[in-house]
Amino acid sequence: MSHAPTSTAVNIQAPPAELEREPLVANQRSLGWVTDRIAGVCEGKAPLWWWCALIPSFLLFLVGVTCVAYLISTGVGVWGLNHPIAWAWDITNFVWWIGIGHAGTLISAILFLLRQKWRTAVNRAAEAMTIFAVMCAGLYPLIHVGRTWLGWWLLPIPNANGIWPQFRSPLEWDVFAVSTYFTVSLLFWYMGLVPDLAVMRDRAKTWTRKFLYGVFALGWNFSNRHWSNYEKAYLLLAGLSTPLVLSVHSIVSFDFAVSQLPGWHTTIFPPYFVAGAVFSGFGMVLTLLVPLRTICKLEDIITVRHVDLMCKVTLTTGTIVGYAYGMEFFIAYYGGNPYELEAFKYRATGTYWWAYWAMISCNVIFPQLFWFKWFRTNMFAVFVLSIIVNIGMWFERFVIIATTLAREFMPSNWGYFIPTWVDIWTYLGTMGMFMTLFLLFMRYLPMIAICEVKGVTPQADPHHPLGGAKPGGHH
Amino acid sequence: MGDAVKHYGLLAEFDTPADTMRAAERVRDAGYTRWDVYTPFPIHGMDDAMGLKNSKVGWFSFLGGVTGYTTGMLLIWWTNAMDYGIPVGGKPMFSPMGAFPPSYELTILFGAFGALGGMLFLNRLPRWHHPLLKHRRFANVAHDKFYVCVECDDPKFSPQETRALLESAGSRHIEMVED
Repeated sequence: MSHAPTSTAVNIQAPPAELEREPLVANQRSLGWVTDRIAGVCEGKAPLWWWCALIPSFLLFLVGVTCVAYLISTGVGVWGLNHPIAWAWDITNFVWWIGIGHAGTLISAILFLLRQKWRTAVNRAAEAMTIFAVMCAGLYPLIHVGRTWLGWWLLPIPNANGIWPQFRSPLEWDVFAVSTYFTVSLLFWYMGLVPDLAVMRDRAKTWTRKFLYGVFALGWNFSNRHWSNYEKAYLLLAGLSTPLVLSVHSIVSFDFAVSQLPGWHTTIFPPYFVAGAVFSGFGMVLTLLVPLRTICKLEDIITVRHVDLMCKVTLTTGTIVGYAYGMEFFIAYYGGNPYELEAFKYRATGTYWWAYWAMISCNVIFPQLFWFKWFRTNMFAVFVLSIIVNIGMWFERFVIIATTLAREFMPSNWGYFIPTWVDIWTYLGTMGMFMTLFLLFMRYLPMIAICEVKGVTPQADPHHPLGGAKPGGHH
Repeated sequence: MGDAVKHYGLLAEFDTPADTMRAAERVRDAGYTRWDVYTPFPIHGMDDAMGLKNSKVGWFSFLGGVTGYTTGMLLIWWTNAMDYGIPVGGKPMFSPMGAFPPSYELTILFGAFGALGGMLFLNRLPRWHHPLLKHRRFANVAHDKFYVCVECDDPKFSPQETRALLESAGSRHIEMVED
């Protein structure tokens, strides 16, 4: 109510020629412009496109809720899983969703530690994506256990049976890895949001908005004594999230690698899973942000250079994944284990050949187009390729899980998996849940870190002429 | 200070980070202790300009991490080896290797709570009210302005001298803020 911007400047002057370098915020936008533009996305009336996206997403989510209710009330038999394929779409979707989350943490933590300042334009949305993806992921093991209401037996809580979880099992490690991952991602995201919530509070025009943003801003007043502790805590959370994100998908891969099955029992799994996770996550970040930067008119903040850089990360991790596919085959041949070799021959040429080659073309072949600058800077091409990456990584999880279980050691243990309508609609339902949460997020919370973006502009640097530094002076 | 209303401090507005930093150095060198700088984003080098020491948040995080790792190891040893032993293939009842992954995760979990909790504790947050947040012009700190505020409680505070100092530091807008 008290907000009265004293500066209405939209642009600042261009930097001196000798200091010219590609800026992170394009078109010399002023600090006030950055604030207005980002905060403006969650102010005023909701645009029509937002409703057009939210309503179908929410309906899809409701279909998912119905499917889950049907599953819980009837039993896991409503899914197409069987003996021997007792893990099917549910665990495929679990691994796929949790992998998607990894790009958010890579951007927010690892790129922060590496001082990659371009991350500030995309980290908030990527972290939100992480949280929502982990929520979708966490649902699957919980409903897959069958008696969902006994899911709490996974936690070390004293119960009437007098027994405890078995901590030698990678599945139990997974419980700790995934729940820690969710909690720490949420803490990191929320801490990053606090100063921006204070921005929203100070701009709020209605009492309700002022109160709600105010409560969650915790009374932040932009004091430098606070910033000092805040920056240290941010650095620590980045330092803690880095080993965390690497461990989470390693532990997810242990679910497979610690077992004795051919095709699963390999040491390459942890790095291969982590690279694939980052790959799929960047695919999802691009799928979300490439349209949003245009719709929300944020092209000066999420610039073409940002998209270009994210495409390069996608290309790198996609190539690592391709290397892992090749190495798996080589070791299957070189390791001299006939079961292992048969498992891989079956993957590429057996009944699931179509899934295997869909995976290879989507993950290894198509991302190679990102070697060409035209593909990295053409937004339509980036969007299409990012969708292909998402599809390819889903097939990777499916190929690993289904083909291995479909051919165990003895022919009596062979089978084939066909999804039922409940499988399909539950999966689509989690997509509806993800999109609903993401749309609510981008409408009610600043989807770009306002304070961080302001901090990487030249006029924020006290040693830069645009930051007020005097030529030849101390500052 | 006014007779009727109690005052919180003298608030000076600046336009650029460099001006703010120069002003902070002047206030620091003048020997003030109860004062602060308010900026829309953290400014690199401002801690030195204010004479602040390295933040202590690290200790909270470290303590959290140690607690987490110990909790994990003790929990797994107690539940799987002592309270309800699960013998598997003649292997030892407790092995630090198998107990490592969950303990590692708990180290990170408690360390992260330590970092966030430590930050909030050291900053005395959450705080529902602050005199500056009532001030009309101060809302621009969320937009594009920079502020230095010297509190009236500072032992060296004097309405005239402090104002003169902030003026000489280049502020073109100085106001007394009510408590």
